[in-house]
Formats: sequence, structure tokens, C-alpha cells
Amino acid sequence: MSTPFYVSPQQAMADRAEYARKGIARGRSVVVLTYAEGIVFVAENTSRALHKVSEIYDKIAFAAVGRYNEFENLRIGGVRYADLRGYSYDRADVTARGLANVYAQTLGTIFSSVGEKPYEVELIVAEVGKTADNDQIYRLTPDGSVVDEKNYVVVGGNADSIGNYLGQRHRVGMSLTEAVKVAVDSLARDPNGGSPRSLTPEQLEVAVLDRQRFQQRKFKRILGNQLGRLLDGDQSAEADDDEKPAAATPSDE
Amino acid sequence: MEANTRGTGRLPAAFLTPGSSSFLDFLAEHKPELLPGGRGLPEGSVVEAPHGTTIVAAVFDGGVVIAGDRRATMGNVIAQRDIEKVFPADEYSAVGIAGTAGLAVEMVRLFQLELEHYEKIEGATLSLEGKANRLTTMIRGNLGMAMQGLAVVPIFAGYDLDRGRGRIFNYDVTGGRSEERGFAATGSGSVFARGSMKKLYRDGLTADQAVTLVVQALYDAADDDSATGGPDLARKIFPIVSLITEDGFRRLTEAEVTEVVVAITDERLTHPNGPQAPLI
Repeated sequence: MSTPFYVSPQQAMADRAEYARKGIARGRSVVVLTYAEGIVFVAENTSRALHKVSEIYDKIAFAAVGRYNEFENLRIGGVRYADLRGYSYDRADVTARGLANVYAQTLGTIFSSVGEKPYEVELIVAEVGKTADNDQIYRLTPDGSVVDEKNYVVVGGNADSIGNYLGQRHRVGMSLTEAVKVAVDSLARDPNGGSPRSLTPEQLEVAVLDRQRFQQRKFKRILGNQLGRLLDGDQSAEADDDEKPAAATPSDE
Repeated sequence: MEANTRGTGRLPAAFLTPGSSSFLDFLAEHKPELLPGGRGLPEGSVVEAPHGTTIVAAVFDGGVVIAGDRRATMGNVIAQRDIEKVFPADEYSAVGIAGTAGLAVEMVRLFQLELEHYEKIEGATLSLEGKANRLTTMIRGNLGMAMQGLAVVPIFAGYDLDRGRGRIFNYDVTGGRSEERGFAATGSGSVFARGSMKKLYRDGLTADQAVTLVVQALYDAADDDSATGGPDLARKIFPIVSLITEDGFRRLTEAEVTEVVVAITDERLTHPNGPQAPLI
């Protein structure tokens, strides 16, 4: 029988963190930023079926990068957690903070458990508040840390360089058009200083948590024509569907 | 909260197991005691609880209207004058419930959640038939309670986006469902409401006419059934009327319903039996 190598706990954790970090950096980025009426999510994603951004509950949405099956599992777990909590107590008692905590515990336990490989995912849980001051954005890393972010956050891909760019461009109280433009510009930049790529609506997944939406569920995907017009800087695209909220396309959520 | 089963706060395995898109199935597996049918009653006991009464629905060109009176009774006592028995199920459907009020309201909450949960997990809405079938399952789950006097009998109405028209499903106490052509009624006053609509209903109604039709039917039901509440002019408690069209669910405002109710009650001052259909 062979004697197992001794690996110091520091080394073991560092290896796991490195493993997860590499998995996450391989994918494309997701940008989340606040605007005047809520929070906008912009992801580079050519798939119409596999979402990186999804609705969790009335005011809460979820964005993720990394390994799809792992974050999809966490998303479903989050929806079940939120729905169960809302059913047992009240819809108002489901909060992003509670959900972020449960995710942190789940990720943290998996990260330090010897029998499981760490999840290669980075998550964002965001909740839109009644006013901009009450908006909450949490970033969760694979080791179970929770970072309370203000105004904007980027995960996956070249998160650092995109984050720097957003830091210079993001203003509090931007309109949706401005916010989407900043987000798309940040995603299109070449980290090596080359000319920016051009991103078409087909390559983007955009969704908002819009506090002005009068329905209980504030999450809304921005699709097709509306996204095209928004990318062209057409301000009128922001108000799309607001007059006939119930008529929003059935694939809306 | 319930997430913490291993002392780590980690989501339990049931939350992370892929497969079911149904919140009901998830509850049955993880928290069966939260299901309305999950707690049995002692054999042979009969519980007296408030009962909701009459629900009516009718199809018109471009949608469907569903309405309910506001009375809940317990034996010969009026338990509540302003109970609400018509609820949106999701953007394109609604459910109106007659029967044990407490169970009905809980069932509606669960049904709304079931549809929303599916929508969020799958990223697509259920077909109208699919929604109707989920409701069947829930009513059947309540059969034990129903046999002890706590029945719940809904009407499910919705706009079918695939077929481009309104549809109505009527349920019996075992969950058996039948799609109704034109109009439907359930609850204690349903016999009178159906008789009324039979004479007044015709194809090609407009939305406004359909609203008048269902309010007339509720008036007739209240006229002959003591458990159905008529319009309460003194307290301004009027039926709840909701429309579902291509544009989605919309509950008529109090002002809109008041206008229809006042027109009808005024007319009934001269014709207490309401509008008259030709003899032949």
C-alpha cells in the first residue's frame, strides 16, 4: 500500500481555487450594472436556449458564468428555495441576501469538501429595490465568498479589464440605453488594446430588473427588435410593452 | 430555514436534483406537509368551514370573461360578504373557485406558484391544456378532504395563444374536467346561473356584452340561491369580473363593474326577472 503524499491545507485550497478560476476565465463575461430604473444584465451568449441570466423571484435575478450544468443546478435550486420560502411565508420575505447566503453555504461546503470537485462557477444574485439606494448586487465566488457589489460588476472572461473600463464609464442614474451601451462597449473591447469587436443582438443576452414594471415580477428579457433598437440608441425602445404589460410575449420570462 | 439539514446551511440534495419542473412534485418529495391534501382529517369527522359559492364564465370574440359573487356561507350564516374567488393564475389564465374557502385560496396560491415555477425553470409557459391538467391533479389530491365536506370545485378560464381564442374548463370534485363551449357555471347557484346564460348567451358577443351576461347570470343565481350574494348596493360590494384576452389578464376596476351592475339593477326595477328571451 502506498503512503499518500502530504499536501498542506493551504496548498490544497490554493489548488482548488486555481482550478475553479481557470474554468471560469475560459468563458465569456457577464456584466451587471445599475441604471436609473433598475438593474441591467448583459451577457455575451449566442444560445437562445441556454441562458446565463435568469429570473429567480419577483425582484431577484441570477447571472452566472462557468460550467453550465453546475450553475444551472444552482439556478434551479435557487428557484426552488425562493418559491418554497415565498409559499411558506410571504412573497416579500424572499430576499437576495437570504439567497446569496444559501448559495455561499452551498458553494463553500462543496469547495472544502474532499469528496467533491469545486464548482467552476461565479454567480451574481441581484435584487432591485423600491429606489436605487435599495438595489443589491452580490457576487459569489466558487469558494463561497460573498462580495457586496455597488453599481456594477463583471464576472468571467477578462473580468478585471472590463471592470476597470466600467469603473471609468459607469455613472449612477444612467438611462437603460446608456447602460446597455456602456455594457456592450465594455464586452466588445479587446483586452490587448486592438480595435473593439462589434456585437450584434444575436450575440447578446440582455435582461432587466425594472422597478417601474407594475407587475409583481420585475424581471424581463429584452429580445429581438427591442434589443436591436436599444443597441442603436433608440430611447423609445426602453418603454416597449409598458403600455400593454400583460401582452408581453409569452416567452418573456 | 428549511435549507439547513446538515448543519452547514447548504442547499439539500432535493433542491439541486435536476428533473422535475413541478413545484408540486418538489413539495411532495421535500415538504409533503405543506401540500393542502397532505394532512388527513380523522375518519368520519365533518368540519364546518366557510364555503364560497357561484362562479360563472363565458367566451366572447377574442377572449373569455370569468366572474364570481362575493359571498361565503357557513351553514345558514353569511361568513363573509366580500370574499374574492376569482384569481389570475398567470398572465393568460384565471381560476375561480367554489367550495371550501380556506382550502380554495391555498389551492389557488399553489396553482399560481406551480405555473410560475414551471415558467422559470423551463423558460417557457405551459400550454393551456397543460395548465388545466395540473389543476386536475391538485383537485384529485384533495379528494379525501372533499369526501369529508371540504370540496373545492374550480372553473379554469384562459386565452389559448396557440388557437387564438378563449377557453373554459369546468371541474368536478374528483378533478374530472370538461371543456365547456360558450359558458359555464359552478357552485351552489350554478343551476340558476346556467339557466340564465342559456337564454342570454349567443355566439359573437363582444367583451362588454359578455361582462353584462355574466353579471346578469350572477344576479339570477343570487335571486334564487340563498348562498349566492347579489350586488350589495349599500356597501358597494359587487362581483369580481376579469377578462382574459390576447393582451392578458385584466380585472375590471370597481368603477367599470359598478357601471354594469347599476345598469342591470336599474333595469330590474321594472323587470325583476331580467331580460326576456323570445318564446320561439
